[in-house]
Amino acid sequence: MSLTTETPSPRQLLMGNEAIAWGAIEAGVRVVAAYPGTPSTEVTEHIIQHAADYGIYAEWSVNEKVALETAIAASWAGARAMACMKQVGLNVASDPLMTLAYLGTKGGLVLVVADDPGPHSSQTEQDTRLFARFAKLPVLDPSTPAEAREMTKLAFELSESLKVPVILRPTTRTAHVCQDVEFSPPPRPAVPLPPLHFERDPNWAILPTLSAKKHRWLNACQKDMGRWFVEKKLNRVVPECSDADTVSVGIVTGGVSYNYVQEALANLGVSLPVYKVGGPTPLPAEDVLDYLQGKHAVFIVEEQEPVIEEQLTVAAFHRGIQIPIVGKLSGHLPREGEFNTNTVQAALRRYFAEVLPELSLPEVPTAQAGLTDIPAPPLRTPILCAGCPHRNSFYAFKKSLKGQDALFTGDIGCYTLGVMPPLRAADTIVCMGASVAMAAGFDRVEPARPHIAFLGDSTFFHSGIPPLINAVYNQARMTLVVLDNRTTAMTGHQPHPGLGWKGKQEPAPYIDIAAIAQACGVEWIRTVDPYDLPSMIAAAKEAVEYPGVSVIIARRDCISIAKRQIPHRIDDAACRRCGLCIRQFGCPALFEAPLTEEERQEGRKSGAVRIAREKCFGCGACAQVCPWDAISPEVQR
Amino acid sequence: MKTFNLVITGVGGQGGVLASRVFAEAALAAGYEVRTSETIGMAQREGSVISHVRIGEKLQGALIPEGTADLLVSLELSESLKGWSKLSPQGQAVINGRTIIPPAVGLGLTQYPEEEIVAFLQSQGTRVRLFDATSAAIEAGTARATNMVMLGALSTLPNMPVSADMLWQAAERILPPRLHEVNRKAFLAGQALGACPQAAPLVS
Ligand code: SF4
Ligand code: SF4
Repeated sequence: MSLTTETPSPRQLLMGNEAIAWGAIEAGVRVVAAYPGTPSTEVTEHIIQHAADYGIYAEWSVNEKVALETAIAASWAGARAMACMKQVGLNVASDPLMTLAYLGTKGGLVLVVADDPGPHSSQTEQDTRLFARFAKLPVLDPSTPAEAREMTKLAFELSESLKVPVILRPTTRTAHVCQDVEFSPPPRPAVPLPPLHFERDPNWAILPTLSAKKHRWLNACQKDMGRWFVEKKLNRVVPECSDADTVSVGIVTGGVSYNYVQEALANLGVSLPVYKVGGPTPLPAEDVLDYLQGKHAVFIVEEQEPVIEEQLTVAAFHRGIQIPIVGKLSGHLPREGEFNTNTVQAALRRYFAEVLPELSLPEVPTAQAGLTDIPAPPLRTPILCAGCPHRNSFYAFKKSLKGQDALFTGDIGCYTLGVMPPLRAADTIVCMGASVAMAAGFDRVEPARPHIAFLGDSTFFHSGIPPLINAVYNQARMTLVVLDNRTTAMTGHQPHPGLGWKGKQEPAPYIDIAAIAQACGVEWIRTVDPYDLPSMIAAAKEAVEYPGVSVIIARRDCISIAKRQIPHRIDDAACRRCGLCIRQFGCPALFEAPLTEEERQEGRKSGAVRIAREKCFGCGACAQVCPWDAISPEVQR
Repeated sequence: MKTFNLVITGVGGQGGVLASRVFAEAALAAGYEVRTSETIGMAQREGSVISHVRIGEKLQGALIPEGTADLLVSLELSESLKGWSKLSPQGQAVINGRTIIPPAVGLGLTQYPEEEIVAFLQSQGTRVRLFDATSAAIEAGTARATNMVMLGALSTLPNMPVSADMLWQAAERILPPRLHEVNRKAFLAGQALGACPQAAPLVS
């Protein structure tokens, strides 16, 4: 979904991911394959939006490995290709990536891998630059959406000139930042693009002998990659020439940290040339060392891992340069979490005071005084939406397995939030698809306990099928609940193979989850509507009693794609304020109103239970949960 | 021009992202440079969300440093406090007094000190405008237009870099036409409230 609109001005508000999408379109990308994941999703969403206009083939693949392999084929046939994913998606795609690094590319191949320092919406804070170092591949680190667009085009160029895949690595504060960018969409191709042809060549088939040869080639390329960064001025001193060089300390920085450094320096009233790293791996360290000539120390500012810092430290050591290199390893900057201007400014200020005591630095206000008088706001964690069918599925299992100490293995998606109280319906969460194999795995060591795996429909296609086959084949006893809400909800409603459509609502073959489970050898399969709590509870009981692998498909549309139903209300006279609907079910539309003065005098302990009308989806679950029949749909006038 | 910093806080699903885009589009049309950064991802499911909008010249980072926001807009009462440290000592705040009580309160895991929060905000004097924007939006046709009420209200403050007309025009460009009417009503209600917040006293 695009929130920006065409404005008459040539400047447009572009989100980083949208800028990357346009950069790829401008570069003539022909094939794009991706699996959604925050903060990378919008790149592919925007490309799918415009694919038909520019003769691009774009798809949501079932997972990142498949996406990358699709892009590899396109590249080897000569097309410019792109695969997009979030940082943990690269873990899934790492198998083809490692070999691809050896075999190289023909048409430019760019991986957009979005990192999530913080993390805001990920299971790890992993730094893709380290992955790239492992694979010996070049990375481009944009600081802004405008730069991300330019770097996307350059990434294709680099990939073609050196025949290696290139990783473009936006972080959350580039991917999800909007900036005014001078931009108008490129002209559409007048004639359809000609089909391409893959030329056979033994160099496309990895064998140990070829591998040894290609490894030497990849190592030899490393210097060229770094040289290219310098030539294209991705790595450069800013400002290029200045007489402001009064401070004998250098600063090396890249990605969004570059913005924070510039803002902090301006706030501190210090002007000095900064070395900006757009290509952090493999770092052309010689160029940085040149910049450091005559400087007494260097401060390295980078989010996530000390990737620049380590490479520079090694290079300085080899050149026999003995200036202090400070940053993360020296403890001047935090090793975890996201940076911002405050973090960087505080660290720079402390450091300048240490090494340049002659500088007089202004006190920069941080936060206003009196902040201590502020009352503490309530903790507000993300939770499942009001009316979310997942809540009903979790509740049904909790209810039906009461007293049985069942173990719930969780997975990655909106339903991860099943972990939150009061449901607490995820005892383990690891990665995409892990719930299934882990439920079977637990069964090996505690066979008396019920083990139930919960994963979503899109996640089932992504990586739920092999562990299901494994569980059946190796005769585990477990229940798999596919929380089928007919969309990939967490990332903003992308399609998947179980829906019968793809891309921009084009029809596609419908791949039935129940039929897959059956083909995997599962003998007990039931499709249930989680809005029907009694059926769901009964099915849960039966499934868990089944002495083998049982599968429940809990099918009900995500509230974000469904039509709102009749809001519910609570009959104050019938409500006994037992709080079950709040304490056991926990829909966020339900809340306990504060005690009124009258109620206090009456000696009441708890306030009236209410439904926030504007939040209620009308799923009716609370009415089924309430033992006193106090909840019912509003009477429609 | 000195950078103008706007922080928008709220609960996931309240339309904070749209509000920040509308403000950003209006600023763009007014000829400023713009940077925004919004919360996208898991927190959008009922969690705390925050948007940063910076407009001016020669902008760098998209995140607003502590103590430098000129304006704080909060779509929910207690969420205003999560953005409070960003506000500059002279900064103004426009706050929806309507509460969204997280289920964790009912579970006894956290507390919602509504009265204390209101008292704190009222102690800030005229730089804080506190009113029930949700009721105004419902009256206009839908609680989903609460963000438009807030935009309408902020457009009445002194020293805004964009005018009410520019804000509404930006909203019109972004919103699908079928939603124009209800959002227009909400925006106008917000303007009335901004000029006279007593018109919609807090209800709890
Ligand atoms: S978006 Fe859909 S799937 Fe996600 S929590 Fe809300 S209702 Fe549930
Ligand atoms: S009907 Fe009940 S459970 Fe369903 S959304 Fe409304 S309040 Fe929540």
